[in-house]
Amino acid sequence: MKWRYFRQSLFFGVVRLSALIITIALLGIIAFLLVNGFKAISMDFFTLPPTDSMTKGGIMPAIVGTFYLTVGAIAVSLPLGVVSAIYLTEYAKQGRFIRIMRIGVNCLAGVPSVVFGLFGLGFFVVFLKFGSSILAGSLTLGILVLPTIIGAAEEALKAVPQTFREASLALGVSKWKTISRIVLPSALPGILTGAILGVGRAAGETAPIMFTAAAFFTAILPKSIFDEVMALPYHIYVLATAGTHIEQTRPLQYGTALVLIALVLGIDLIAIVLRSVVRRKKRW
Amino acid sequence: MIVRARNVDFYYGAFRALTDVTLDFEKRRVTALIGPSGCGKSTLLRLLNRMNDLIDGTRVEGEILFEGRNIYAPEVDPVEIRQRIGMVFQKPNPFPKSIFDNITFAPKLSGIRDRGEIETLVEGSLRQAVLWDEVKDILGKSAMNLSGGQQQRLCIARALAMKPDVLLMDEPTSALDPISTAKIEELIDSLKKRYTIIIVTHNMQQAARVSEYTGFFYLGKLIEFNATEKIFTNPAMKQTEDYITGRFG
Repeated sequence: MKWRYFRQSLFFGVVRLSALIITIALLGIIAFLLVNGFKAISMDFFTLPPTDSMTKGGIMPAIVGTFYLTVGAIAVSLPLGVVSAIYLTEYAKQGRFIRIMRIGVNCLAGVPSVVFGLFGLGFFVVFLKFGSSILAGSLTLGILVLPTIIGAAEEALKAVPQTFREASLALGVSKWKTISRIVLPSALPGILTGAILGVGRAAGETAPIMFTAAAFFTAILPKSIFDEVMALPYHIYVLATAGTHIEQTRPLQYGTALVLIALVLGIDLIAIVLRSVVRRKKRW
Repeated sequence: MIVRARNVDFYYGAFRALTDVTLDFEKRRVTALIGPSGCGKSTLLRLLNRMNDLIDGTRVEGEILFEGRNIYAPEVDPVEIRQRIGMVFQKPNPFPKSIFDNITFAPKLSGIRDRGEIETLVEGSLRQAVLWDEVKDILGKSAMNLSGGQQQRLCIARALAMKPDVLLMDEPTSALDPISTAKIEELIDSLKKRYTIIIVTHNMQQAARVSEYTGFFYLGKLIEFNATEKIFTNPAMKQTEDYITGRFG
């Protein structure tokens, strides 16, 4: 009896500890960045481009660049991902072909992001001659988050009760109208939540944009989708490894990292709030 | 005879759910399909407006004629069939939309645009489903706020708004309380003046109360079909008698 009780509390202890470690790790990272990067944060940091060989000034072009790349990635991956998910869940006959497609999508999610970067370089930048540009970077990031969005959209579509589909079809509404007018609106909040989380990931990626979109330095803002941009993750990488003033720019590095992580957490927070609002409204 | 089933066999994969069912449904009458769970009565009902098309790996043999035309002929569009043959389900399934939009959803898609016409349609359908007085002031509210019985009458109104000829009802009161059930039964009685109604029910008293004809199914076969009064007072088959007297099922 005692032994069993001991074993149980030991197990619960391990479980608690694991959860604790994760929380501490997250809080630790945030605290570390806050302590080291807070000094760098000022109004100028957000509004000025880097100056004096990137040892002073702000990160405005990188913020703008990351914004464009993120929006571009959504624009690419959301329609494509939702349409794919509709095909997989609503139209395709479940069978071997669909199983292979699903495995393919899951494998895509496991591909290292640097491979996406190389693919983007080879296909979008060189073969399609987009050059290093917002367009090429958005497409590459879009493909990177595609599996996340397909997965989220599939889950959201499957969560729509079958009775809604039956009700609509039984009224003599076509399958496509049933999907577009009944199923999709019901699944939309879930799809958006998944998409936002996926995009949060895209915003923080360095490798996929390194060869496809990111500029080492440019003080001017992009004028078209064929221009290069600075981006937050790549800017950190550059300051921390490739510059000639690595030690001097430490505060800027931490400051940029702080902005990036605040951005990603902010995006995730939007998704979480959206999800909780929808859950409260949901009645089926 | 508005709907006729001719030697219908139906398979879920290798499982044969219906065997050689031949049955006629008379226009503007209520026909009840009864039998124990799994006897195939709901399967037959869902065959009549091609709802079983939605299930992968099913197969139909024989013919189902609607106004003389085989609805399983290759050139027939199931969408058109379902516009003429409406359906009400076991569990009320309103859309997560307003009461008004629940009614207008399908008619709008079928091309009715005129505001006046739509409003007349909403009021007419809700009146026919005896729901108008309860909801006329809350048409803009979500249908999900209604009680189960009101939701089911809304689903009936929604089906009527497509002006169908036939209304299929799959155990429409099995999820409802006795008072709501009584209301739906009264409603069925008033609707049969204009519509052909085919109702699947587990409740034999209900079949006896609302229908003119009754078909008894057992193990995928139509055992007996006759006037309801005959079935319940003097059944020809021993199995029918055993079922309606509660000896099995």
